[in-house]
Amino acid sequence: MKASWVAEQKTVESSLVSGAELFIQGLLNENVDVVFGYPGGAVLPIYDALYKAEMKHVLTRHEQGAIHAAQGYARVTGKPGVVLATSGPGATNLVTGIADAMIDSIPLVIFTGQVATKVIGTDAFQEADIVGITMPITKHNYQVQKAEDLPRIMKEAFHIANTGRKGPVLIDIPKDIAVNHAPLKEAADIHLPGYQPTLKPNILQVKRLNEALQMAKKPVLLTGAGVLAAKAEEELLAFAEYYQIPVAQTLLGLGGFPADHPLCYGMAGMHGTYAANMALYDCDLLIGVGARFDDRLTGNLEHFAKKAVVAHIDIDPAEIGKNVPTEIPIVGCAKETLKALNQTCGEKGKSSEWVIQLSKYRSELPLTYKSNDKELKPQKLMEILHEVTKGAAVVSTDVGQHQMWAAQYYTFSTSNRWITSGGLGTMGFGFPAAIGAKVGRPDLSVIAVVGDGGFQMTLQELGVLQDWELPVIVVIVNNKSLGMVRQWQEIFYEKRYSHSLLDIQPDFVKLAAAYGIEGKRAENEAEVREALAAALASKKPFVLDCAVSADENVYPMIAPGKGLHEMIGVRG
Amino acid sequence: MRRIISATVLNESGVLNRLTGLLTKRQFNIENITVGHTEDPAVSKVTLTVWVEDDRKAEQLVKQLHKQINILKVRDLTNMALVSRELALIKVLTTPDTRSEIKMLIEPFRATVLDVSLENVTLEVTGDSEKVDALIELLRPYGIKEISRTGITAIPRGTQKKILELHPYSIM
Repeated sequence: MKASWVAEQKTVESSLVSGAELFIQGLLNENVDVVFGYPGGAVLPIYDALYKAEMKHVLTRHEQGAIHAAQGYARVTGKPGVVLATSGPGATNLVTGIADAMIDSIPLVIFTGQVATKVIGTDAFQEADIVGITMPITKHNYQVQKAEDLPRIMKEAFHIANTGRKGPVLIDIPKDIAVNHAPLKEAADIHLPGYQPTLKPNILQVKRLNEALQMAKKPVLLTGAGVLAAKAEEELLAFAEYYQIPVAQTLLGLGGFPADHPLCYGMAGMHGTYAANMALYDCDLLIGVGARFDDRLTGNLEHFAKKAVVAHIDIDPAEIGKNVPTEIPIVGCAKETLKALNQTCGEKGKSSEWVIQLSKYRSELPLTYKSNDKELKPQKLMEILHEVTKGAAVVSTDVGQHQMWAAQYYTFSTSNRWITSGGLGTMGFGFPAAIGAKVGRPDLSVIAVVGDGGFQMTLQELGVLQDWELPVIVVIVNNKSLGMVRQWQEIFYEKRYSHSLLDIQPDFVKLAAAYGIEGKRAENEAEVREALAAALASKKPFVLDCAVSADENVYPMIAPGKGLHEMIGVRG
Repeated sequence: MRRIISATVLNESGVLNRLTGLLTKRQFNIENITVGHTEDPAVSKVTLTVWVEDDRKAEQLVKQLHKQINILKVRDLTNMALVSRELALIKVLTTPDTRSEIKMLIEPFRATVLDVSLENVTLEVTGDSEKVDALIELLRPYGIKEISRTGITAIPRGTQKKILELHPYSIM
């Protein structure tokens, strides 16, 4: 047990401490250094204990902000993000973030207050069945029934959240449980017979994959966020280099393999590069590593990797064979599996012609856009961001056009610098997530790349920047529309722009000023460069409202129902 | 196709909710489900019958169930040699004329009479679902007032075919 803050709280006459104090001790045992939260009636005893314990707490301006901040924190630190909210509306406001963390496998431990046990089930004030509501969107959840169970439950929750396929775990604490007293003692060792994640791969399957690699002429690696979660970047690099396997990445896997490496062919999927998508289409051996073959990646499954033997490495057995029939299934952690592959690798592969072919695609058909002098192109904006930050910043986004441009043009050569809402596609995610990232990694530059639509969903968190003087730079990719919706309406709905154009907007610079934050509007490349350089140098929060061309679309693109080989807009 | 899945679960509140919620989320339709204690009071056993389109869906179902933290073990019993039983309580209308006729009729089914009133009798029958169905059809002409069925519960036989003869899963 950690140096016991709680022990000091014990009065001489009693060896008991309150549930709230056990909660604090549980956080200290797990080395939690920050809690993102918002107080309320049912968590008053817990907030009182937080106050006395001087635990670092970031007060966001909405519970959704707290949970997205915790997600950003978890992404850059690899530690579970901790969230605290009150019962009823406090808890239900977390639901979007919980679902987001579930689908993107982000480790979180979420504490919600609950009405006192004697009134649960009576529709009491601020009562919501948050355990029932979050059952399908958490990895596991608990309601604490006795104060003395809290140490065990917290220990289990942190373990479950941050092992195996990571994910959110929720603990619901009724108010009387936080007040009731229980003995202060260390939780017993974790005993979870129903939860035994497989980390080490089956050596026979590893052997089969090594054999398949020796036969393959056109192998390809598809790497996802599982590589980052397992911290398997080095093993991946060694594996790809040894066999000379071209690498395509998923949206969430960006950064797991250096973008500037000769074997990296970029992001695959709906808005992926021509080379990456053709690699997946044409390959004879597809090795998925910590990726879940999401529909935005595969396009029409009828055409996906049809000529290939599919090998799939994943820590979650349920992902293997879920969408794509798999010949070589390997259940295991990416790091352990790649290590085993590297240790048993045989003859080097015969992929040289294939690498040349893909490299030709990469150089002849790169990502491209048409620039002109009059407008600020959003793609150019991302290139400037990369240039000014030397590609080393943490970039956090919402969902939509700006997200895709950031993924395409802010190329990542370091892992854990890219935070985006991939699976759930949550607007309003990027800005609070950037706050959490800055709290977790104050040493790195953090840029929230947001759309003008998404920013308006969580911009109240400017209050946190002001409060903590956090030098997060908010870059609004302002095209005065819900860009991706507008793009689909243009292409698939004959330009009927139904409720997707946001001509009426606040003055974002004045809005920032209202929070005491400096802001600027930029309408061309020079202004962007100048403002960004100043913002980075100032080490203060900054809002940069960038007026980009409003009718720019994200290309290349695979229309819904089409295969990876049916890309449009490849030539700009 | 019909699959019989057996899940050993921790006897905790909410575990059944978690299990059925998962099936709803993944669009599986439960035909019937039975739950009861096992030899260990901390552990319950759930037997469910589910209709699935193909083997891949069945494999997904088993894997997704297995991911739940308080589900200890999941087995697809469909292709195993197993004994399965269901219990049904059937209330049949009777007249003084038909009462003894019904008694004779149910004898081969080893059904028993649990309750008798002037207008009806209540019968108990145990067996596999086909047997229960057959008895119900036989009794239908007399007029069935009410049926209550438990759904099937199942257990694999002590002796199984060799593993190689069983339906293979990609990983299990």
